This record gives sequence, structure tokens and C-alpha cells, in this order.
Amino acid sequence: MLAVHNLTMEFPGVKALDAVNLSFQAGKVNALLGENGAGKSTLLKILSGVNQGYQGEIRLLDQVITFADTKASQAAGIAIIHQELNLFPNLSICENLFLGKELTNSWGLLDRAAMDRICVELLAEVGVNASPATLVGELKLSEQQLVEIAKALHSQASVILMDEPTSALSDQEIDRLHALIRRWQAEGKTIVYISHKMEELFRISEYFHVLRDGKSIAAGEMKDTSEEALIAFMVGRNVIIEPKAESFAREALAIEVKALTLGASDAKPRLHNIQFKAHQGEILGLYGLMGAGRTELLETLFGMHASEASMDIQIHGKPCSIQCPADAIGHQIAFVTEDRKKDGLVMDQDLAFNISLPSLHLGDWLQADKDAELAEKYRQDLRIKSASIEQLCGKLSGGNQQKVILAKWLATKPTILLLDEPTRGIDIQAKDEIYQLMKQIAAEGTCILFASSEIPEIVALADRVLVMCQGQIQAELTGSHLNASNLLKEALPIL
Amino acid sequence: MISNSLLKKSQSLIALFLLMVVLSVVSDKFLTTGNLWNVLRQISVNLCLSIGMTLVILTAGIDLSVGAILGLSGAICAGLLKFGLAFPALDLWVGFTVLGATLAAILVGTSLGFFNGWVITRFSVPPFVATLSMLTIARGLSFLYTQGQPISDLGTDFEQIGAAWLLGVPVPVWISACLILVFVVITNRTSLGRFIYAIGGNEKAALVSGIPIKQVKWLVYALSGAMAAIGGVLVTSRLNSAQPNAGMNYELDSIAAIVIGGTSLSGGQGSIKGTIIGAILIGVLNNGLVLLNVSPFWQQVVKGLVILLAVIVDKMNQKSN
Repeated sequence: MLAVHNLTMEFPGVKALDAVNLSFQAGKVNALLGENGAGKSTLLKILSGVNQGYQGEIRLLDQVITFADTKASQAAGIAIIHQELNLFPNLSICENLFLGKELTNSWGLLDRAAMDRICVELLAEVGVNASPATLVGELKLSEQQLVEIAKALHSQASVILMDEPTSALSDQEIDRLHALIRRWQAEGKTIVYISHKMEELFRISEYFHVLRDGKSIAAGEMKDTSEEALIAFMVGRNVIIEPKAESFAREALAIEVKALTLGASDAKPRLHNIQFKAHQGEILGLYGLMGAGRTELLETLFGMHASEASMDIQIHGKPCSIQCPADAIGHQIAFVTEDRKKDGLVMDQDLAFNISLPSLHLGDWLQADKDAELAEKYRQDLRIKSASIEQLCGKLSGGNQQKVILAKWLATKPTILLLDEPTRGIDIQAKDEIYQLMKQIAAEGTCILFASSEIPEIVALADRVLVMCQGQIQAELTGSHLNASNLLKEALPIL
Repeated sequence: MISNSLLKKSQSLIALFLLMVVLSVVSDKFLTTGNLWNVLRQISVNLCLSIGMTLVILTAGIDLSVGAILGLSGAICAGLLKFGLAFPALDLWVGFTVLGATLAAILVGTSLGFFNGWVITRFSVPPFVATLSMLTIARGLSFLYTQGQPISDLGTDFEQIGAAWLLGVPVPVWISACLILVFVVITNRTSLGRFIYAIGGNEKAALVSGIPIKQVKWLVYALSGAMAAIGGVLVTSRLNSAQPNAGMNYELDSIAAIVIGGTSLSGGQGSIKGTIIGAILIGVLNNGLVLLNVSPFWQQVVKGLVILLAVIVDKMNQKSN
């Protein structure tokens, strides 16, 4: 039995886990539920030894245990099957399975024959039809997922944590995985199973545990609950929001997209036949679970996938072609990306440098005083907390970095603003300031496309929400239909 | 009391100053005007290569082909001056003036540099590999063009570029000073300069910000090629002769100057000013070791240790930040 008591984990500005109490029964399948950001991933990272620095305790068979690193967690008998695959594409299946625990012969050299033999057995068990020498990078996504499962199988762990193990699998492969889980169960192993597929959870698991906003909300036996009840636990409060007065003129179309497809040549296109309209002054929300395709949609609109995407797009009623970000900027589109470090800011440059970037053209002379004036204006308008406009962006807090990104795009005077998770990982006050800013920008007539996985903020801010699932728009919610439980219901994949 | 960050910023300048103090104490020949002009004249070629390559390194790239492009451009400059360009099929012969041959050499260097940039952006070839290939190609071409023989006696007019003095300053020093000015303006006062730093600092963010990454890289590698060609003209003029293996290993001195000047090989950090100090430091060090009669073999060892020391000090400073 694996249990956590009063487990708290804080990141700068966010309490990812808040005094969580859970106990997972041995010999049972324990479903772990929660919407995006509820704390499931953080919990898994702590249990697998990736994150340290938590408060509270973890007990395995009534012994308090701590993990200095992932190796310690493995040694304690905990195996994890990641949602984001943790395999090395440049190594073979066999090398991946035995990484860090290679078998050696009496000369101290690798015992390839023995490893290959075990690898073949493991692959047969999970149902991958490939030789141990195949490079993992050459496998299909579903096969890679099965190799990840084989790795857990090989580890002989007593606790197996699975983070959405079936998202890439076919029905047949899911059946095989479930058979495997039943066998593990019979061997007395503790299984923790994270999935958004309700039907699957009711089929395979005996117990459920719900996390919300980093707190443990409910737990019990699956047979005593229902899908509606679980969704209610996950959403929690049924936030009552006054219906918004339509502050924008419906006829003033800002952007119209038809037949948007990304990755048409793939077996499973990442985005499929997306169409929608958005108006001037409207905040159009994009909601969906992890991997639903929100980020890809915004990136495609911004010209970042031109070679793999096709779409008919009209901006302010005129058809146009967007082949690269510069084209999009030319059409007065701005894109606040999700990951500040990766593609948001040049961290080792200052505010003025970063704010000027999207407004510059090759061949321009720099006007230091004008740049400084602009940066100073936004620093004050957006209340960016920094020593001066010469402070390096890497030294700012997350919320202030986010404001710098907003500033650099507002400086381009956009008529269409794409926001991808603009409040991720920033503190409450900065969040609130960004909400106010969004309302103000929309009131000035800018059309905002607002992707978020936080239900409360999307319900509070959006005039209308498109719910995405598996690369498609599954529903459009407005008015009284726009509430937390509908959002989650529509976002869950249909089997 | 000097602030700590100022001290760190000017560490290579301080090192240069200390080196000069030591050399003027141990050698009575070092601190003479004749010798100092000599040092400046000697480093003018490395300066040209280094400020050109600084832009490349600021984008997180590298240009290993500058020495070879220097050799080829110098050879073409000398060949055009001496033999002109013959088109037997058209029964045509074109002669070249000093200016014409110089411009032709710069055009060749620029084109080869542009080709580097094009290969790097079009086929996503790592800059190291693309410019390594160009190193071999350009070196081979310069042996082919000269048939392995030096091209000498290029006339007194051409010789003046490397040898003459203008207003009490050697002409090569004037040329490198003007080029430095141009490159300082590019890095500090133009959008191109800002884009170069942005690409080196975070290429993905630069892309999302709509920066024309390809065009910037074409320009940067073309400029590096052009600067190598100017270096080639200077070298050829000073010797009044083009050697097919001129500029061999010059790319290494150039990278050394840039690194000593505090520019990060991972891009986004550094300056032309730093590179100038780095180039002067290497020039002074070379000069000092010669004045002190240190054997050429030991000179190489010492130079290597100095580069290593410079980078280690830089890394330690970064950590303490």
C-alpha cells in the first residue's frame, strides 16, 4: 500500500499540492482524477523521485520513505509510465529497456544475448511485434507507449504509476494492457491509473481519488459513484457568473477560418477540419485537455506550421495567406506563446530589447530613445516590476516576464491577439492584472483568442468558448451553457 | 571603489594592460612607437577576420572558412592584377586596376560567405560542418587557381595598401579602424544587429517575433566572407605576393580573439569591442614572445594556455553571477 500524508509542494507563486492525503490500495487499480493543473503530474513526479523539496510524508507499506532521486524511487519498487514518453529515440528497444541496469557477463562486458532474450519475452507480453534491435525512434507512438509499459513490467516494481497510458493506444492494445493490469493486480501490486477516459476508468479501476487545485477532494469505490458525480468533484464549485453583455458588434468579423488541417499526411492529423469565426472586441476561449490541439491551432494561425498545414483564412473579411510569423505580424496578428523561456523572450537581454523585437524590420536603424520611451510606457502601463528597462528579462519573475511578452506584442498594435496559457505559473495578483488587461484590450476592439486549461478563468473571461478534443472542435459554448461542467464534459474524449 | 561588475566587464582590458606593463618592463624594445605601430599593423588582418566572425558567433554559429577564403580572395586579387581575365572563346582580355581587383576579391569572398549561409539555412547543415567544407573547398580552389605557385610582383601601387602610411598611421590600421566603426554601428545601431543578438539568444523566440532568420544568417555569413576577402587583399599587398596557403589556420586566431574578448560561443552575448581587445591581446602576446626570443614552439603553447585561462575566468564569472 502506498499513501501520502499532508503532502504539500510549492513552486514559486503556485501551490501545486496542498496538504494532500491519499492512500492507494495494494492489489487494486486506483483511478486518479483531476482536471489540468489539479496536481496529478506533480504528485507523480514526487512519487517517482523527480521533484524533491516537498512537505509531508510518503509511506510505502507503512514505512516513511524519501527519494533523493529517480533511482531511489525505482529501488523502492515504484515504476512510472509517463505520459510524455521518456525513451531515447536514438537507442534500440533493448538498450532502452536495460538503460542503467545493463546485464554483464563474467568479463564485465555487456551480455547482449541475455538482454535480447529477456527483451523478446517482454515485447511479446506487451504485444510489440519488433526485434529488440529496432531503434525506438522508428516505432509508432503506440508501440513506444507499449515499450514504456514493458519497461515497467521489467522493473518488477510493486507500485506502478500510469499517466494516461492509453492516449496513444488502439482498442486492441488497450485490452491487452488491461489484461496485463489484471495480472499485476493478481500479483498484489498497487496500480495508480490516470486517465480522462471515463468509460475506461469504470471498466478497469476499483477505487477513485480526485484532486482539485492541489487538494484531495474525494475518494471512494468506483462502484458507488457515477460519471456525473466524478465530474462534479473535479470541477468543484459551480461558478455562477453573470451572463456577459455582448459588448462587441457581431457583424464586425475579425478572423474567419475554414478547413484548417495540420498534418494531413499523418494517419491521425494533429488538427482536423477546424472552422470558426471570431469578432472584433470578442474574447474567444479555447478549452481542451492536454494534447487537444489548442497550442497547435494558435501556432498554425500564426504561420508556424506552414509546410504541414492547410487553411482558408480571412482577416477582416479579406482572404490572406500566412506562411510565416512575419506574415502574421504583417496582418496585425500577435501571439503570446505558452512557454516564456522556450519561445517567448530572449532572457539574457533587457526589457527594451525584447519589447522592440516584433516591431522591427530588417534595414531599420535603431532609435534607442524611442525604444526606451516605448519600453518605459509599457513598463508603467502594465506595471512591470523591474529595476529599470535595462533589467535582463531572465531576472524577472514569471508574471513580469509574461507582461513583457504582452508588451512586446501590444507594441505592434495587433487587431487579433492570440494568447496561449497567458497566466500559467504566475501569481494571483499578476493573473488578475492580466485579466484586467485582456478585458481592456478587447474593449478597445481587439479580437482575442484565449487558450487556457484553467476552467475558472476561461468561464470568467471568454464571451464564447470552443472546446477542442483530439485535434477537433467538439463544441461551442456560449451564454448559460458556458459553465465548468459543460466544458469538462465536452473536453473528455468519446470512446 | 570600482564596482564589481565593471571590473568583470573590463577584465580582458585589464589583462591587456597588465600584459603591456610586464612586457615594457622585461623588454626595452616593446614600448617604442615603431614596435607599437608594427603590432597594430600585424593585427589588422586578424581584426578584419575577427570582427566579421563575431557577428557569426553572436548568432550561435561559427565560420571556419575565413582563413581559406582569405587565401583564395588574395590569390584571385593577385591573379587578376597580374594576368587579368582572359576569355579565349570571345578573344577577349580584361585587365584589372588595383581597385577592380580588390573589389573582385571582395565579391568572391562575399559570394562564398553567402553560400555558407545559404547551405546552413536551406539544408539545416550545422555551421561547423558547412564552413569546414568551405574551408577545404576554398583552399583547394586557391591551389588550383595559383597552380600551387605564389603570384608575386604585383606592382608598387598595390603594395601601397599594406605598406603606406597616411597621416602618420599605417594604411592597414586605417582600413581596420574604418571597418570596426562600420561593425560597431551594425551591432549597436541597426535592426540587423539586434536581430543577430536575438537569434543567438533565443532563435525560437526570434522566429515567433517575426525576425527573418534566414536573411539575417545570409547577411552575417556573407559579411564574414567579405571581411576575410579584405584580409586577403591586405595580406597579399603586404607581401606583394599571393601565397596559395596564405591564411592557413587564421580562423583559429580569430576564434581565439573573439573568445578572449568575452563573446560566448553559444551566441547572443558579446561585442565587437571585446573582439578588438581580444585581437590586440593576441597581437601583443605574439609580439612580446618574439621580442623575448621565446621559441615558436613555446609561443603556441603559451597562446593556447592564455585562451584557456580567458575562457575559464569568464565561466567562473558567469557562475558567480
